[in-house]
Amino acid sequence: MTDATAPQGMSPDLRADYMNLTRRKRLYNGILLILFVALMVSGFQTADRRNAGGFWDGLPHVFDFPAEVLSEAWEKIGALPANLVTYFPSLVETINIAGAATLLGALFAIVLSLLSTRGLARWPRLIPLFRRCLDILRAVPEIVIALILIFVLGGGPVPAMIAIALHTVGALGKLFSEVNENASLKPLEGLESVGATWGQRMWLGVIPQVAPNYLSYALLRFEINIRASAILGFVGAGGIGYELKNAMSWGKGQYDDAAAIFLLLFAAIVITDQISSHFRNRLTHGAVS
Amino acid sequence: MSSHVQDLKHVASQNFTKKRLFSFGVPAVMLAYLTVIFFAFDIAGLSERADWDNATSLVADTYSYKTHVARDNRNGEITIAIEGEKKGRYPQGTAPDWVTLGDTTVIELREGQQVIFSPQEVRYDIPGYGLVTAAPDRSGVNAVLPAGDVPDWINVSKNRLAITTDAGRLTVTRNRAEVFRYFYGWELFFFTLDSPYHGLPTTEVMARALGGEHAQIWEDFWSNKMWRHADVAWAMGETILMAFLGTMGAAMLALPMAFLAAKNFAPLKAVRFATRRVFDFVRGVDALIWTVILARAFGPGPLTGALAILITDTGSFGKMFSEALENVDEKQIEGIQSTGAKPVQRYRFGVIPQITPVLLSQILYYLESNTRSATIIGAITGGGIGLLLTQAMITQKDWEEVTYYIVLIILMVMIMDSLSGWLRRKLIQGTQSGH
Repeated sequence: MTDATAPQGMSPDLRADYMNLTRRKRLYNGILLILFVALMVSGFQTADRRNAGGFWDGLPHVFDFPAEVLSEAWEKIGALPANLVTYFPSLVETINIAGAATLLGALFAIVLSLLSTRGLARWPRLIPLFRRCLDILRAVPEIVIALILIFVLGGGPVPAMIAIALHTVGALGKLFSEVNENASLKPLEGLESVGATWGQRMWLGVIPQVAPNYLSYALLRFEINIRASAILGFVGAGGIGYELKNAMSWGKGQYDDAAAIFLLLFAAIVITDQISSHFRNRLTHGAVS
Repeated sequence: MSSHVQDLKHVASQNFTKKRLFSFGVPAVMLAYLTVIFFAFDIAGLSERADWDNATSLVADTYSYKTHVARDNRNGEITIAIEGEKKGRYPQGTAPDWVTLGDTTVIELREGQQVIFSPQEVRYDIPGYGLVTAAPDRSGVNAVLPAGDVPDWINVSKNRLAITTDAGRLTVTRNRAEVFRYFYGWELFFFTLDSPYHGLPTTEVMARALGGEHAQIWEDFWSNKMWRHADVAWAMGETILMAFLGTMGAAMLALPMAFLAAKNFAPLKAVRFATRRVFDFVRGVDALIWTVILARAFGPGPLTGALAILITDTGSFGKMFSEALENVDEKQIEGIQSTGAKPVQRYRFGVIPQITPVLLSQILYYLESNTRSATIIGAITGGGIGLLLTQAMITQKDWEEVTYYIVLIILMVMIMDSLSGWLRRKLIQGTQSGH
């Protein structure tokens, strides 16, 4: 194939050079591939060794636990609706944590992103500072902030909300500032010429241009945040994750509760995914109606 | 004509009203939602539930540490230990230079203050207040304070005397007298007390390292019992390993499956539908539930975390890869086909080069984000830096270690972020110029 791409009638010297180049490239790719495979294999073996149970021992038992839960839930299928009703409020709490965190995070992200976009910033000299702030907020995993806040504020939804909101500020702030960079500056000039303040210029000149993109990113974040909020519940921050942890610790004979929680969480994630991807499609490809 | 203008005017003003309603409505809805949350989460009651003592001890611990000097009043034995931990205990008979051992032990605090443990009594002369003595015996601590009201930084009762000043803290009970002296910084970060290099100035350590002791110095630092640098490094490696194995494994699994889910490669609608539902399912079950399920089969550890990431991301990658495959240019494949290439070769040379940039960019992006996920999953399943972090938090006193881990985690994520960004730019440019 590579022969065919080399033009006819070129000097043998050039041809040899070209073949050399191809061969060297292939060699590099081969080395990279071998390196990658070696990394994967040794990495897998290391992880396997440091794990409490081995991979090959555990593999046949992967479905034991789900089967146990399912069979028990099936036996007590009559209790399922009642269980679903019992745990629905904690699901609502989980969704509320995600919702409030996304909303608060997005609002702060809008301000910070405007402050860190060239051409829009209120104080252009401080752009690097605000950018670093966003980077750090983005780098801190939610669990770190959540655990510290649980220690100070006690368990419950608030630590999780604050933790997710802070991470959301960082994640959305970066995406928003990329959106801002594409905003047209003409409305801003117009507003400036009539004496609008910075806040008015942003609110009336920039936000209307970028709102659909903001919304689309915020919806995607909301999906991610529901998952995060469920996980944080598991480490003690309230909501459905907390209930799941409790249900798991009761052990055998109580798995009907766990099954109901699995079901609720799964349904919540799938439904929000569907709704949000529907709206995101409409926002990015224009309204269908 | 005028009616037309009227119509237009009408439409325009209608649009304005709609816009106005919208731009007031959206903030109003947001505010309403936040109000609901305010009550649902009982934010007003938060200040009661919050424990500000925890917060102050947390903050103080991150930049300072304390050394305990304790005397057992029954046998007069003195123990000096950094943070009161066994690992930080000074060997019997040795002391830092601010403690003078002897029949009468003199402990220098900050600002020239002194606490004196004499065989009969404990004396603390507090400037601006007066001399406080206590002679603990079986009947009580027998504290003697200057005349007047007892200030609120002194807590005295029959069996206990506690004094907290800017310079330090003294607690006397019947059996024990203890002084805390606070210092800035992280204690014993480089060398523990049993290392010969503890307390040496940096230049001296450097000089000795150059003089051929570098292996011993490194060994003492690396096996530091207080900070466990070797374990921490391992834990960070484990976290990155989880992210790497999970992401790469997911990509390798998702790529062949994505062909089955792409419209232009899988002619059978049923296959396409089934594969897509599999992707949706594994994504919807979420890393949390996968972690819980897999931990049952494989036990706690990094492998469980890696597999949880692998399974969840197979769904995400499958979805994205199949979308990328549906957007490939058919002409290139036809071109390859016209040279008589077999199907595998058609995929290898006609399809893969087209989607490589998209694939690599997504994989690298996920690698970075999974480093963060691996920290969280590690806290649940028990592996990596996430486990160390939760362990340090559960003790509720090693906040300097928590701070250290947080700094390391942030650095790790930021390094992975810039590394993945750099690789992304490099590889994508490389493949574009290569084809």
